[in-house]
Amino acid sequence: MKKIDFKYHIVFALIGLMYVVMTSCDREVSEDFELATFPNNPEIFTDNPVGLTDEFFESFDPATGANTEAFGVDVNESYAGTTSIRIDVPSITDPNGAYVGGIFRDRGEGRDLTGYDVLTFWAKGSITTSIDVVGFGTDFGLERYVVNLRDIELSTDWRKYYIPIPDPSKLVQERGLFAFSAGTQKTNGVGYTFWIDELRFEKLGTVAQPRPSILGGQDQTAQANIDTSVPLLGFAQKMSLPNGQDVTVEAAPAYFDFETSNPFVASVDEKGVVSIDGLGEVDPNTGLVDNTAKITASLGGIEAAGSLTVEAVNLAVISIFSDVFANVPVDNYNGFYLDGFQTTLGGRVEVDGNNIIDYTLLNFVAIEFYGRDGSGVQPVDATEMTHLHIDIRANEIVEASDFFRIELFNNFTLSNSESGSFNITGNDLQSNEWVQFDIPLSSFSGLNNRDALGAFIFVTDNTIANVSLDNIYFYAEQ
Amino acid sequence: MNKILNNKISTRLVGSILCGAVVFLIASCDPDETQKVTNFNTIVLAEEFDEDGAPNPAIWTYDIGRGDNGWGNNELQYYTDRPENVIVEDGMLKITAIKEDFEGAGYTSARLLTQGLFEQKYGRFETRMKLPFGKGMWPAFWLLGANIDDVNWPFCGEIDVMENAGSKPTKVSGAVHGPGYSGGNPILKEYEFEETRVDTEFHIYGIEWGPQYINYYVDDALYFQITPESLEEEEVQEFNWVFDNGPFFMLINLAVGGNFDGNPNEDTVFPQTMYVDYVRVYAAE
Repeated sequence: MKKIDFKYHIVFALIGLMYVVMTSCDREVSEDFELATFPNNPEIFTDNPVGLTDEFFESFDPATGANTEAFGVDVNESYAGTTSIRIDVPSITDPNGAYVGGIFRDRGEGRDLTGYDVLTFWAKGSITTSIDVVGFGTDFGLERYVVNLRDIELSTDWRKYYIPIPDPSKLVQERGLFAFSAGTQKTNGVGYTFWIDELRFEKLGTVAQPRPSILGGQDQTAQANIDTSVPLLGFAQKMSLPNGQDVTVEAAPAYFDFETSNPFVASVDEKGVVSIDGLGEVDPNTGLVDNTAKITASLGGIEAAGSLTVEAVNLAVISIFSDVFANVPVDNYNGFYLDGFQTTLGGRVEVDGNNIIDYTLLNFVAIEFYGRDGSGVQPVDATEMTHLHIDIRANEIVEASDFFRIELFNNFTLSNSESGSFNITGNDLQSNEWVQFDIPLSSFSGLNNRDALGAFIFVTDNTIANVSLDNIYFYAEQ
Repeated sequence: MNKILNNKISTRLVGSILCGAVVFLIASCDPDETQKVTNFNTIVLAEEFDEDGAPNPAIWTYDIGRGDNGWGNNELQYYTDRPENVIVEDGMLKITAIKEDFEGAGYTSARLLTQGLFEQKYGRFETRMKLPFGKGMWPAFWLLGANIDDVNWPFCGEIDVMENAGSKPTKVSGAVHGPGYSGGNPILKEYEFEETRVDTEFHIYGIEWGPQYINYYVDDALYFQITPESLEEEEVQEFNWVFDNGPFFMLINLAVGGNFDGNPNEDTVFPQTMYVDYVRVYAAE
């Protein structure tokens, strides 16, 4: 009954075939043939922008709140030379937009960055805080080789920053030379200024010890329905800088190569989307059907930490909340009521690339999917379903007398509403461990109809105040 | 057995002398009056680690256990001679630090020494190694006076040919310890690599040691010379120079944690291996 964080699917057989075909007609490159190469200028900004588009700074869409007025060149501040880039992070109430972010693009067709191993720059802030994201590869185009480094700490003195290139051999023609985004979440909405100077790619030779990972480095398992697919998440590359510090960047899937252990079950494409293709074949060694496939990845020939083992199934499912199945529309995952009694906080969160639901101060809380406030969400007809699946992790010490009660409502809020409940005791849960439950819907005593299910209410009366939920779905046992 | 106290702080004596091969330097340079050099071209020990298995017992013995107070430096590892921690294969000596509960310690590793098996006064002592990385890794190649059991440390003298703090992958240091300049106060100098690191490539670490001097080099760069005058500069009496008294033996080890680089952190990778391509010792012609 122990569980698994994170669930996914896969797609594969056709791509396996394609690969075989493609490798078989691969040709040697003639000696007379020269591959097109692109300029390898490493400079992006020294005292002026170098080889960038006429716009220099291309803002993210103002519709997202990006402030296009917050960017400029400062002739009074510089780390070296005479000028620097000045970014005035707007306050949260700025009518022109509450954050600043955008990209620098090569003005030509792109640059050959294969000879470099890191993007570096110097920066300083008017205050000590952190910039949300810096990186490269974002080009408002294919966005193929995006790299992001989050939460770099600014000092009020100039400091050098390093963004390692996960695999320089991929960057034969890169237009997205720099990207950043900065807001005021960490300054309580108060604006500030930071400066960037000497922005360039470098070949240091001292950025080393690559440690790629997917799925947050976890070995995860999941059941998944055939003919479904789900993207892998949490692609990262950790490297050791010349100063001995480790830095971890988010790296686009295109930096990775993927592999499936069982193409009859699952495949994975170059974007890291795993598809479930079949229920597997008979293993000649065991005579049993092997319906599992392990998805692994590597970057630059180095095996990435983390994997996803999928077990292909063919379930009829109505999913309320999971990363595996397509979820039906819901009103909320944290239905709160202003009744003066409810204490619960929290809702949907992402942890290591896995969406879960986190509640704190839980006494009761709802997941609603009946069309609250005229939302148009339709109730669920689960007449053909036999079970409810739910994963529960009590994020605290569980006592035997604690309980987690699931109430399930048909025709919620209507005059003909009816409900049933199922009680999980502290004995069935484990402290800080996921436990999965498959509960027959017939166990929800009092719930006679399931043609218009519209809400769960989870009740603990604070016996378990901190709890995480995942993989909430109805299914029909075959 | 509290013989080894490697606690260092950097007394940075700056200024590195870049030159061609040391031999070339000797042949072609006109050393100034303060620079002392000798040719050491007669090889007397060529440990190439060509035979798979345990290191040659005619040359190498082991320190086993945790020593007193983590070998005097609050080191965390338990030294063993198990093949998991020390083995010769692929033409190299491999010393591997493992994170495991063992005899009350949280890590295991190995320390090899030539005490009683190979000891020599003066000469060129050279190794070629690739080192581990990450905070708390403390690999070293060093020498101790063979009279240590008679006169104790630091009176026996200690010559640290190469030490590296895992959190500083581009830096190594050379040092000497003796009476009045030991523990946290040795005579020490750092060498910093450009465009390479200790953990990505093999590098040569060596000394040329003769009467009244020890020269330190990394690859083809001579970066440090210690003489009795160096003691004076540190306000230590010259008669505390203990490097002309007799033979020294060699040690190679990979410590985990302790005073030199602090303890490992969550980013430190285990297990990790220190690779030694060779150890060669030369004498004067």
